[in-house]
Amino acid sequence: MVLISLLSTSLRAFASEQQPFEFGEMARPPFTLPKLPYAYDALEPYISAQIMELHHSKHHQTYVTSLNDALLFQAQAVHTTNIVSQVSHQQLIKFHAGGHINHSLFWENLAPASSSEAKSSAAPKLSNQIASTWGSEEKFREAFKAALLGLQGSGWGWLVKVEVGQEQRLSIVTTKDQDPIVGKGEVPVFGIDMWEHAYYLQYLNGKAAYVENIWNVINWKTAEERFIGTREDAFKILKAYV
Amino acid sequence: MNGHTSAEERAPLQKSTSSLHIHIQPTDSRTSIGNMSTSLFRASALRCALRASAPTTASRAGLASTAIRGKATLPDLAYDYGALEPSISGKIMELHHKNHHQTYVTSFNNFSEQIAEAKQQENIQAQIALQPLINFHGGGHINHTLFWENLAPTSQGGGDPPTGALSKKINDSYGSLDSFKEKFNTALAGIQGSGWAWLVQDTQTGAIGIKTYANQDPVVGQFRPILGIDAWEHAYYLDYQNRKAEYFKAIWNVVNWKAAEKRLK
Repeated sequence: MVLISLLSTSLRAFASEQQPFEFGEMARPPFTLPKLPYAYDALEPYISAQIMELHHSKHHQTYVTSLNDALLFQAQAVHTTNIVSQVSHQQLIKFHAGGHINHSLFWENLAPASSSEAKSSAAPKLSNQIASTWGSEEKFREAFKAALLGLQGSGWGWLVKVEVGQEQRLSIVTTKDQDPIVGKGEVPVFGIDMWEHAYYLQYLNGKAAYVENIWNVINWKTAEERFIGTREDAFKILKAYV
Repeated sequence: MNGHTSAEERAPLQKSTSSLHIHIQPTDSRTSIGNMSTSLFRASALRCALRASAPTTASRAGLASTAIRGKATLPDLAYDYGALEPSISGKIMELHHKNHHQTYVTSFNNFSEQIAEAKQQENIQAQIALQPLINFHGGGHINHTLFWENLAPTSQGGGDPPTGALSKKINDSYGSLDSFKEKFNTALAGIQGSGWAWLVQDTQTGAIGIKTYANQDPVVGQFRPILGIDAWEHAYYLDYQNRKAEYFKAIWNVVNWKAAEKRLK
């Protein structure tokens, strides 16, 4: 309800400033905050309920709201064939859309530590390829940890399936700020949020401990599904909350 | 962007990320440099720079000891950790200074030694690979040192408006101090990710302006730092969480404009 009222407020504000343009159904900002597949406290003690609630209901919500706002401006700019305005909004759209995409995938690739999804045995095919790529799951985790701790500033670390011709390779990829994994042939398998808001209330400057602990709540079942599935499958969560 | 990978670079990353791992050795080698004034910091930075360049004329065997003598140290704060409350809590200040800033200092020294070794070994690849780490951690050290200095408790002049030449430049460029703060806060709010906003002075024209910098990129080159505000989440999250606009509003109550005035030329 809050979202709807926010949206309609911004719609009204925008419409009144930008007359005589009127929005049809097509221009209505479409994105909504996905529901978490577990309770805010379900990832305790590794990620606190306080972090999860702020992260989901505030940070992710802001990306959704700002994305819808930016898309509204974009629609106006397209309608008026204002190419300067369109280009000037692209980075805003990328940032907030990236924030929405990244967090939507992130919630789904986490699971309560006590669940069967949180064991790497829930991902037999992915585990095989991890072992053949890095030598062992342990070595993979070490490489992932090093990549995460090497980030300078805000960003994400992802395990990515890269389709190269007929082959499928795995790669650890770090991205800055909210840049999403959307390259051709790239499927995000799971991501770890390295923005300070993802861990600071609990871990403070001890981000290495966060990086260690998050392995307890990785949803390997989701990771396996994304690994086996297509790129479109991986992003299906986004379509569910339009 | 430093430390991030583009699509083209991704494939080889798998095997080589461990070389980017930042090893942090907690250290108690905190040395007091007393009341840190801008000039003192600059002198200290200058000495470091002089020492770093000295080995070109010195013997190579002397490199390691030169690097050790030129080590950066964590500056003392000119006020107590709790002195900026309620704008910034004592807990944030303590973590920010004693942990975050210390890590930048320690890592900067660590990577400075590594780059000195790489130079000694004429390993150009290693030198280039280390440059982003020098920029990041050296930038973190510079930025935080300037930041502590351009803050002050209200009892020591924090929040008192600028005077003299800086006040005139702000009024000429922005109409009023309030209008300047509004534009500065808009710049802060627009940072996508971690970074800083600075009031800078163009060294060529003398004009002032507001610029944002990603991550720990320091204000160097064409621009001179006059006043910086840290927009990393660690600078405010314990007090303000996602309500960063409240932090940006509150911090003006503890801005040390006297320090900013001294930086203006």
